Amino acid sequence: MEQTVSYTLDSTLDTVDNAEEKATRIATELGFAQDEVMQISMAVREGAVNAVLHGNAYAPDKKVTLAFERTSEDLVITIRDQGRGIDLDSIPNPLAPENLLKTSGRGIFLMRSFMDVVEIRPSQTGTEVKLIKHVRGSSAGGKEGSQ
Amino acid sequence: MSMKLSTRQVDGVTIVDCSGRITLGEGSVTLRDTVRDLLAKGNKKIVLNLAEVNYIDSSGIGELVSAFTTTKNQGGELKLLHLTKKVHDLLQITKLYTVFDVKDDEAAAVKGFK
Repeated sequence: MEQTVSYTLDSTLDTVDNAEEKATRIATELGFAQDEVMQISMAVREGAVNAVLHGNAYAPDKKVTLAFERTSEDLVITIRDQGRGIDLDSIPNPLAPENLLKTSGRGIFLMRSFMDVVEIRPSQTGTEVKLIKHVRGSSAGGKEGSQ
Repeated sequence: MSMKLSTRQVDGVTIVDCSGRITLGEGSVTLRDTVRDLLAKGNKKIVLNLAEVNYIDSSGIGELVSAFTTTKNQGGELKLLHLTKKVHDLLQITKLYTVFDVKDDEAAAVKGFK
């Protein structure tokens, strides 16, 4: 993989599957362990779901951008939508007893569970989600003893 | 791989054999329609056999919750059978593992209905 690759995608369900497949392929190519690949692909899927459904609301004129950057220490994935932004304070804790049986609201929680860092920046032009997975051990990127 | 479902009856209990992915879109809708159809026909003892479910996302988790609560609200009972490690781990981190009635043995699951 080049240091950075980015994609501009339509606001469709196919984009969700597409984003997940790209994440799986890139994380695998970078040498992440199988369980980490699953975590990364699932986090990206959840981010893409939020961008397509809650951000862009399937609007055909709005795009989702997906970027993968390999730094010396991290895989940094950025997902941007062109929606109205997100109010993080309005998102209930899905682990609270009163929310356990809700049928939605677990996407951001899963992203945070699976990635080392999750940054969500609401703005007037949409929402940017940054997902970071640290390179552990010696295999990612094909480097021995990555710092 | 898309979601595939088939149903069979064992001692008055409906076993729904699920395979593939329970994710946003077709997979979730298929599961929802199947459970609603079963309930509409009076089949209120339901076991979801998830042995062949290799992937589930937050929408799929929501669909399992919906199936569970919809069945319960209609006076029925729904159990989960044969969780794969991925699904098991997801239900653990979302604290849903203890909410669902999870079984590892089909015969025990069938006998466990009231």
